[in-house]
Amino acid sequence: MGKAITLRKGFDIKLEGVAARSLADAPATDLVAVKPPDFPDLIPKLLVAPGDELRAGQSLFFDKNQPDLRFASPVSGEVVEVVRGEKRKILEIRILPDKTGNRYVDYPIADPARLSREAIIERLLESGCWPYIRQRPFSLIASPSETPGGIFVSCFDTAPLAPDLGYLIGLEPENFKTGLLVLNQLSNNHLHIGLGRTLPDGLTVADLEALGSVHVFEGPHPAGNVGVQIHHIRPIQKGDVVWFVHPQDVVIIGRLFREGRYRADRVVALTGSCVDAPQYYRVSAGQSVRSLTDGRMKGPAVRIIQGNVLTGKTTSAPDFLSFYTNQLTVIPEGKEPEFLGWLLPGLEKLSVSRTFLSWLAPKRSYALNTNTHGEERAFVMTGQYDRVLPMNILPVYLLKAILAKDLERMEQLGIYEVAEEDFALCEFVCTSKIEVQRIIAEGLAYARREG
Amino acid sequence: MKVARRLLDSVKPHFNKGGRFEKFHPAFDALETFLFVPGHTTADGVHVRDAMDLKRTMFTVIIALIPTLLFGMWNVGYQHYRAFGMEATLIDTFLFGFWKVLPIVVVSYAVGLGVEFLFAIIRNHQISEGYLVTGLLIPLTMPVTVPLWMVGLAAVFCTVMGKEVFGGTGMNFMNPALLARAFLFFAFPAYLSGDIWTDLSPEPGHAVVDAWSGATNLVTFDTNYPAIASASDLFWGFEQGSIGETSVFACLLGALILIVTGVGSGKIMVSCFVGTLLMGLLLNVLAPADIPNHPMHMPAYYHWLLGGFAFGAVYMATDPVSAAQTEGGKWVYGLLIGMFTVLLRVFNPAYPEGVMLSILLMNVFAPLIDYIVVEQHIKNRIRRA
Repeated sequence: MGKAITLRKGFDIKLEGVAARSLADAPATDLVAVKPPDFPDLIPKLLVAPGDELRAGQSLFFDKNQPDLRFASPVSGEVVEVVRGEKRKILEIRILPDKTGNRYVDYPIADPARLSREAIIERLLESGCWPYIRQRPFSLIASPSETPGGIFVSCFDTAPLAPDLGYLIGLEPENFKTGLLVLNQLSNNHLHIGLGRTLPDGLTVADLEALGSVHVFEGPHPAGNVGVQIHHIRPIQKGDVVWFVHPQDVVIIGRLFREGRYRADRVVALTGSCVDAPQYYRVSAGQSVRSLTDGRMKGPAVRIIQGNVLTGKTTSAPDFLSFYTNQLTVIPEGKEPEFLGWLLPGLEKLSVSRTFLSWLAPKRSYALNTNTHGEERAFVMTGQYDRVLPMNILPVYLLKAILAKDLERMEQLGIYEVAEEDFALCEFVCTSKIEVQRIIAEGLAYARREG
Repeated sequence: MKVARRLLDSVKPHFNKGGRFEKFHPAFDALETFLFVPGHTTADGVHVRDAMDLKRTMFTVIIALIPTLLFGMWNVGYQHYRAFGMEATLIDTFLFGFWKVLPIVVVSYAVGLGVEFLFAIIRNHQISEGYLVTGLLIPLTMPVTVPLWMVGLAAVFCTVMGKEVFGGTGMNFMNPALLARAFLFFAFPAYLSGDIWTDLSPEPGHAVVDAWSGATNLVTFDTNYPAIASASDLFWGFEQGSIGETSVFACLLGALILIVTGVGSGKIMVSCFVGTLLMGLLLNVLAPADIPNHPMHMPAYYHWLLGGFAFGAVYMATDPVSAAQTEGGKWVYGLLIGMFTVLLRVFNPAYPEGVMLSILLMNVFAPLIDYIVVEQHIKNRIRRA
């Protein structure tokens, strides 16, 4: 373990509604859905039809452009419906789960250290675990035919109200270690593990160092973002590819090899100021949002977010948990106009600047709502983005290059090193209320198409 | 405020698309959002937003300007009574200045906002908050004797030529208030130089005292620098000059507010001061030994105290739109402003106030400074690879 990398730039948004360290089983759900739109750019080809009986781990569909890439059912049961949208686009595959518990597709239990890289890849593809492995740049599902420059796992999340990943890892430390071993094989011994101030429960530094290089990061959000860690450990150049996996997904990969089955249940943190008793729930992947939120919310008008308040997607009770969701956040909507709101002293208002008196109480937590606190304006204030982006990147000039569609400039300024989530704080602090993440997404799409 | 909300809601349909006063929607919108922070919610991207918006930013700058405004009002009265050799109470002194300065402020805001609204309605864009600050900066950079029509003209010039022709707040490349000041300075030199700095409206039974001179310390400095006022007078601001510029102390109070709140760039302010000091020291070394009262001999720190330097460095140079935008560029930008200010003051007696011109000059060069910083950044990124 080397010296800690200290990041000074960034900001911790302290919100009310942190999940308590207690775990409950979420109530069983009558429907589970797998949603192909969770995976950008995927063209799904179905392998099942309504009425089919399924085992957990059986493939539901594959990617038209990459037939090896298969997506499996998280539960056993019966396919009841394929929901389609415009142009018959497949939106959801709905499954009625067995009431008596899951029947799994069986895989041989194997020690990944004894398997070749090719065998591991084949097993991951076959079982539906491969989509957990994603790549930078572009945050897409990794391509099995490529060899990455490294695989990165960030074991802590600094985002607002984020689940305590150390606690989640501590629920199944052996599966986590096996998962890391798999990734180390996949990366040809270039596995990088990012740690925060504390070790994951049930693991020691020696455990982790046996499996990969351990890097310790200190500092406010976004220090836990895997993209920021990659930037400081092994910056991505044009043409370079690195992979990353979320710790919960590492656990699921570990189960495949230790238990011989694709067991896709995971733990979701139910958080936010509109949740009665924020805590962790064990859920089946793809179960309905309603099964978690019903009866656990307070307040009249709320917004339910899959993910955190910076990067999550708005959802609703009838929706289903997305493939990569580890957190639900419920916060109040902010549709009420506020009389002379810009003039008030603002003890209740959170701002990175010190223009509101709330800066005198840096430790307090806020119950922020979704109000934008002002309208979009031309870009005026400078230096704001720089203060919350701990990367060697000039954010404003990168954004300008994207708006100008100047690919060469984007590349020079580091488009391949960034993802929307790394710029989420820039968007949060922006005085002019500019949609920074949307611009970054456009830039990434453009660079992918033209670069 | 419920009444206000109800009133706004009841007339709102007329200003919306298809309503009777659809054309005036920007004006209505400005009023509505001024009274009520709108209930807009986040859509894509982040779900919560920092509470600061442009209105709050501008409001903070106005608060930071208040020390200079209040002191300026008092000083107008103080200079007036001093010229007549009269004693006056603190209240009287302040009130004299208050009634002299208030019309200038009112005209500046009325005319400037009028033009902003007009443009917003014609071009159908939202009214930006930029003029809230500009409208106060214009009066503070004027001598108290300035005719009101000229203030109005400055406000029009500033809004139209300083901002709107480029597309409004955020799109301009020079500081609008300073541009207006420079415009007046060159267009009407008779009104903006000479014995204009003190309000000499007659006082019954009193005459201007013989010892009184209308020359500012900046003018004195060019001819015979040892005759300028003491450093403490200059620091506190007991001197003639534009309404808001005389007190370095008031400017430093404002600087403190701007830096603590994070609204103004401390980097730019500090580097302006450092640049001035460095150039002042250099000139001290090069000063001709045989002319003992040559301005080059003046102790370098006096440049901080003279004229409008502090005001310019704190309130004008830090305008984020027209300043350098990269963090490295801000150091260079500020240093150069400080250095050019001293050069202009010492070597060009025709333009006693160098800070105005050097800030405008550096506004023009700011994009070039940023360009060099960005190129250097790219080189470093490639080297790191």
